[in-house]
Amino acid sequence: MTQEEDGRNDGRKRDPVGFAIAAGLLALAGAVARDAMGMGAVSSYAGIGPSAASWAVAAGLAALAAGTIVAAVRGKIPVPEQSDNAAVLTILAGIAAMIATITAGGGFIPAMALLFGLTARGFGRRALATDLGIGVVLGLLVYLGFTKLLALSLPQGPIERLF
Amino acid sequence: MLDSVFALAQGFSVAFEPTKLLFALIGVFLGTAVGVLPGIGPALTVALLLPVTFKLDPTGSLIMFAGIYYGGMYGGSTTSILINTPGESASMITALEGNKMAKAGRGGPALATSAVGSFVAGLIATIGLALFAPWLVEIAIQFGPADYFALMIVAFVTVSATFGDSPLRGLTSLFIGLMLGLVGIDALSGQARLTFGVPELLDGIEVTTLAVGLFAVGEALFVASRMKHAPETIEPVRGSLWMTREDWKRSWKPWLRGTALGFPIGSLPAGGAEIPTFLSYTIEKRLTKHPEEFGKGAIEGVAGPEAANNASAAGTLMPLLTLGLPTSATAAIMLAGFQQYGLNPGPLLFAERPDLVWGLIASLFIANVMLVILNLPLIGLWVRLLAIPQPWLYAGILVFAAMGTIAANPSPVELVMLAVFGLLGFVMRRYDYPIAPMVVGLILGPMAETQLRRALQISLGDPMALIESPLAATLLAIAALALVAPVLFRGLSRFKAEED
Repeated sequence: MTQEEDGRNDGRKRDPVGFAIAAGLLALAGAVARDAMGMGAVSSYAGIGPSAASWAVAAGLAALAAGTIVAAVRGKIPVPEQSDNAAVLTILAGIAAMIATITAGGGFIPAMALLFGLTARGFGRRALATDLGIGVVLGLLVYLGFTKLLALSLPQGPIERLF
Repeated sequence: MLDSVFALAQGFSVAFEPTKLLFALIGVFLGTAVGVLPGIGPALTVALLLPVTFKLDPTGSLIMFAGIYYGGMYGGSTTSILINTPGESASMITALEGNKMAKAGRGGPALATSAVGSFVAGLIATIGLALFAPWLVEIAIQFGPADYFALMIVAFVTVSATFGDSPLRGLTSLFIGLMLGLVGIDALSGQARLTFGVPELLDGIEVTTLAVGLFAVGEALFVASRMKHAPETIEPVRGSLWMTREDWKRSWKPWLRGTALGFPIGSLPAGGAEIPTFLSYTIEKRLTKHPEEFGKGAIEGVAGPEAANNASAAGTLMPLLTLGLPTSATAAIMLAGFQQYGLNPGPLLFAERPDLVWGLIASLFIANVMLVILNLPLIGLWVRLLAIPQPWLYAGILVFAAMGTIAANPSPVELVMLAVFGLLGFVMRRYDYPIAPMVVGLILGPMAETQLRRALQISLGDPMALIESPLAATLLAIAALALVAPVLFRGLSRFKAEED
C-alpha cells in the first residue's frame, strides 16, 4: 500500500484513523492467508478444500482495506464524538479484574462484584464500596438462582463452595 | 391452506399445555422488561438469555425466545417514546413522533397506539406466517445446494448494504464476521482453521459470545464514553393512558398500512425492520390530514411504524423457519438458539418436528395476546425500570453478559473473547460500522461454505453448476445488482440505519 507513504509526503490533512483501520484489515487478511497457506493441498475428492474459503475471505478483507484507504484519502471516514476515555478504561479494568479473578480461582461472586463496582464507577458513580457490596449481593443471587434452579455450572471459589 | 389450519390447530394443542404457556409468559415478560431498558434490543435480549436455557426443553425454550422477541419489540417502543434512545434501530422512527408526543403530555396515547398497533400487526403477520410458511416449505424442498448458496449470497449483500449508510463499512463488518466463521475445525475435512494453537478455538466462535460482546459490552463502553456529552432524560407519562376516539380513528389505517409494508419486506432476505418502518413513516406523513403535526408528535407517525416494526418481526421468522436463513441479528441469534438443541430450521424441520414448529407459531399468537394484556396495565412497572440509575443498569448488564458467557463455556478464554468483541463493538459504534452484518456473517458464512462445497462436489468441481439452476442464477444476479445499485442510486437511500 504505497498510497499510505504518499500521504505522508504531501501536506494535505488526512485522517490517520482510516489508515489504521485499513492496516488492521490488511493484517487480518495476512493472518487468514498465512493460515490458508499452512493447510494441506486440495483434498482428493472433487470440489474445493478447506483453504478456498480462507482465501476468499483474505481477498475480501484486502479489498476492503484498499476501499478504506480510498475512503480515508477522500475524507469519508466518520469523525466520532468526543470520548471519555477514563470511563472506558475503568470499565475495561473491571472486565480485566473479573477475568483475572475467575482465572485465579477466586470464584464467581467476587469476580462479579469487581465487574459491577468498576463498571458503575466508569459510569460516574463515586461510592465504590457500596457498589462492590451491591455486586456481591447480585453475584450471590445470580449464583444461587442459576446454579440451584437452572443447574448451570458457574466458576467456584472459596465463597461459592460454602453453598 | 387447509393443511395450514390443521397443522396450526395441532400447534395450539402444544402451545396451550400449561408449561408452554408458562414459558410464553416468562418470555414476553422478560422480553418486555429487557426491551424497555435503554440500549438493549431484542437481539441482545435473546443472546443474554440463550445460555440460561440450554438445559431446558427445546420446544419450551424456543417458545420463550419467540416471546422474548415479540416482547422486546414492544418494550423497545416504550423506550423510544419515553426516552429519546431507542433500544433498537427498528424503533428509531417511533422515537421521532413518539418522543414528541410524550413531551407534549401525550405519552399515554402514544404508548397505547404502539401497543394496539403492534398487536394488530403481530396478529395479521403471524396469520400470514402460518399461511405462507407451508407454501414456502414446498418450494424450499426443491432447493439444491447451489440455490441455497445463491440465497445466502443475496442475504450477505442485502444485510451489509441495507444496514448502515455505507456499503464499505457494512461489507467490512460482514467480512470480519465471515473471518470469525472460519475459526475452528472444518466440518468436511477436519482441517483446523485460524485456531493458532488455542484448543478453545477448535469448536469455533460462539454466536452468543460475539453477539453479547458486540451488543452488551460494546454498547456499555459506548454509552459510558459519551455520557458526559449526551445525557438522557425520561419523559414522565402524564395524563390519560387511553386513546381518544379521535386517536383510534387516526390510528387504524396506519396500523394496517404498516402491517402491509412490514410483513412482506421483513420476510425478504433484505431483512431488518428499518426499511418498512421508514417507508411507513414516509407514507403516513404523505397521507395524513394533519401534516402540521408531523415533527411535533403526530399519532400516525407512531402507529404506522410500530405496526410495520412488529409485522416485519413476524416476517423475519418466515425465511428463518422455512429456509434456516437468518436475515437480521435477532434472527441469527434465534437460529443459534435452535442449533444449541441440534435443531436445524428448514423444510426438514417442518416434516420431522411439526409439533415444535407449529407449537412455536401457535405460541406467537398467544404471546401476542399476552403482550397486549400485559403491556398497558403494567406500563407503570415498565416505566419504573427506566428509573434504574444508569451506572447500576449497565453494571448489571455486564454481570449478566459475563454470567451467560461463562455458563455456556466455562473457560477464561471465552471471557477474553467477550472482552475483545466488546472492544471491537465499541470501536465499530464510534466509527459508525453496523454490527448486524458481523453476526449474520459468523452464522451464515460456514453454512454458505458448506452449500458451495456440496454443490461443487455434486458437479465434480464444475463451477458452472452454480448458475445452472435458473433460481440460483437469478439470485446471484440480484445479489450483484444489490451490490452495485446503491453506488448507482446514491442519494436515493439517504436513510441511515443501525443494527437491529
